[in-house]
Amino acid sequence: MSRFLPLIGFTLLVVLFGFGIWWNTQHDQHEIVSPLINKPAPAFALPVLGEEGRTVDRQSLLGKPYILNVFGSWCIECVHEHAVLSTDVKALGLPLIGMNYKDDPKDATAWLAEHGNPFNLVIVDRDGRAGIDFGVYGAPETFLIDGKGVIRYKHVGPITPEVVTREIQPALAALAKEGS
Amino acid sequence: MRRLGLLALLCLVPLLAIAQAIQPLPFRDRAEEVRFQKLSTELRCPMCQNETLADSNAPIAHDLRRQIFEMMQAGKSDAEIKAYLVDRYSDFVLYKPPVEPKTWLLWFGPLVVLALGGFVVAVQVRRRARQAPVTTQAPANDAEDDW
Repeated sequence: MSRFLPLIGFTLLVVLFGFGIWWNTQHDQHEIVSPLINKPAPAFALPVLGEEGRTVDRQSLLGKPYILNVFGSWCIECVHEHAVLSTDVKALGLPLIGMNYKDDPKDATAWLAEHGNPFNLVIVDRDGRAGIDFGVYGAPETFLIDGKGVIRYKHVGPITPEVVTREIQPALAALAKEGS
Repeated sequence: MRRLGLLALLCLVPLLAIAQAIQPLPFRDRAEEVRFQKLSTELRCPMCQNETLADSNAPIAHDLRRQIFEMMQAGKSDAEIKAYLVDRYSDFVLYKPPVEPKTWLLWFGPLVVLALGGFVVAVQVRRRARQAPVTTQAPANDAEDDW
């Protein structure tokens, strides 16, 4: 028995390391799981892009779930994501709010004119302070916020059609179940 | 000789990178600057994940350094500043994770493995010491102490 001990030890190590490799392929290692999920969205009051003097705050968006997409004209991945926002995300039927993150409003307006504007409303976080409150560390990031203003889901990186069907739709289904 | 001088000069190049990564902030005094540097090396940049907030040149690191600086100016303690960042970016931003049930394995796992290994070695050595014929000149009754 004891002569097999090294072999058993070796096998255990192989299983452990194999599990480690498998585990690391199962999730995005760069994604930080947000501590804000299932917590109320942070308070914010931000100007609306293209509408002088109008600001939107957390309170004014309560009542109906919405999707908040953090984007910037400087962000390369945002261009790739843009097509999916205009089609798959739009098709979800929720208000889609853009948060223009650390961007020049002029550049943002030009970017939206060039690629099309999928957003119902774009709020401007010029210096990234509201972004810090949301735990944003790069664009694009996408939040699902329910009618009570609670963050229910977050996605870091560009939204793909698979993310919509595999993650956002189930999250929405869970919301609908609660509501009924 | 000239080559040596060039080499010495090249060795200084990395210092330049460090100097550039750190944004100039209007510190009140040297003590505040030291405190800021210490705090920002204990925090991890969420974007480029193996760099400290002090070293990173990512836009978010820039913003978070500014945030830390402003909170320091507002009289917040290091613990308050860390809690502020943990609330938004999770324990991930701490290079030294807190000791709590879900991190016990991380903190004490190596000790457990060491203890287990030590136990196995002790058992093996004792057993062999008993089994092996005594070929050394050491007295038999000292065999157990010898290992």
